[in-house]
Amino acid sequence: MSTLLPGTPGQTVGPFFRYGLEFEGGTELVPPHSPGAIRLSGTVYDGAGDPIPDALVEIWQADGTGAIPTATGSFRDRDGFTGFGRAHVSDDGVYEFWTVLPDADFISVIVFARGLMDRLQSRIYLPGRSDAFLESLTPEERATLVAVATDDGLRHDLRLQGNGETVFLAFP
Amino acid sequence: MTELNQAAISAEIAELHAAYDRKRAAGMPPLDSPQIDFPPYRSSVLRHPTKNPKLVDPETIELASPAFGHRDVAAVESDLTMQHAGEPLGERMTVSGRVLDGEGRPVRGQLVEIWQANASGRYIHQRDQHPAPLDPNFTGAGRCITGDDGTYSFTTIKPGAYPWKNHLNAWRPAHIHFSLFGSAFTQRLVTQMYFPGDPLFPLDPIYQSIPDQAARDRLIANYEHDLSKPEWSLGYRWDIVLTGPRATWIEPEGSDA
Repeated sequence: MSTLLPGTPGQTVGPFFRYGLEFEGGTELVPPHSPGAIRLSGTVYDGAGDPIPDALVEIWQADGTGAIPTATGSFRDRDGFTGFGRAHVSDDGVYEFWTVLPDADFISVIVFARGLMDRLQSRIYLPGRSDAFLESLTPEERATLVAVATDDGLRHDLRLQGNGETVFLAFP
Repeated sequence: MTELNQAAISAEIAELHAAYDRKRAAGMPPLDSPQIDFPPYRSSVLRHPTKNPKLVDPETIELASPAFGHRDVAAVESDLTMQHAGEPLGERMTVSGRVLDGEGRPVRGQLVEIWQANASGRYIHQRDQHPAPLDPNFTGAGRCITGDDGTYSFTTIKPGAYPWKNHLNAWRPAHIHFSLFGSAFTQRLVTQMYFPGDPLFPLDPIYQSIPDQAARDRLIANYEHDLSKPEWSLGYRWDIVLTGPRATWIEPEGSDA
């Protein structure tokens, strides 16, 4: 696709983003423990294998029927399932969402952090689901994109660098 | 051990920019984004992927974007000078512009979030402990929803420059953080808007992490006198183009650039 205008460059989210980007219920796309709700959680790691305490994780996903949400109200007065969540990781680098399993191969995910110059885009594939892109990867790469089933949902770590570095995406 | 100083950081920046210029001379297209591997910003060293991103066609969900609306954002949230009992200290200003896609089409009805330091260069964030005063009348966070022509507008005060601990005597140029959603999730952008003529530009490893001068210039707002209001505020215009990520250029084989 040809573009006429050059894009605006990204910049790091910096250290002091919490008060600018926090909203109540940002991690609860559905009420915790409600019927059909799953917990999606994981840890964001740096290249030394240490958790990153000042990262921001956003997810965007289809609903349980595979439909793309069009409801507004993620920030307040939620009117149905909006499909968008934002988590400020804990001091231990842990993010946690309450959501539903989409009828789709993956949940879209974006990571921001202090020290990270630009956002990173990736996918969280559901266990047992796949597509041509996932199959084109080596087993080691694939393992970084597929979530692990847990008692109450999914676990998916994000490694920005080093052993088991998460596969990040670029789009044409 | 002597503390890392600005001269050493500036030399590292110059070296990385020279390497970029050599690649440009060898035929690499201009880069619209920062280099994620940019050691002059010390915190980046362990926080960037070392492998190239995988090029993939976006799927359905990635071609759509979360929807926000007036249900999410009250009109008053775009005025950062009205959030407390009194007026904040500082230079009152309007920051306005359009959010466009790469084809020049307006991004309508989408969310814009900003956050910034106060006029003294202090963030309200509890981890910002630099000895400049907090302003009881300024939080520094705002939101708005773009209009039908992609327009956003905020009323705020001009943020101050502030020191940080990247190296000895490190100062960030004054800036406002912007968070943007496009019409596709692949266009999601977080960036920083700067002010024209800031003497700190050449010294700042975050701003200079964008190796392309033309791309860096796109982060600087224009002072626009027609946006200024008599006896009230100064006007800055800054348009934002959300094109989404680009493929990484791979150096041709045999090139020693």
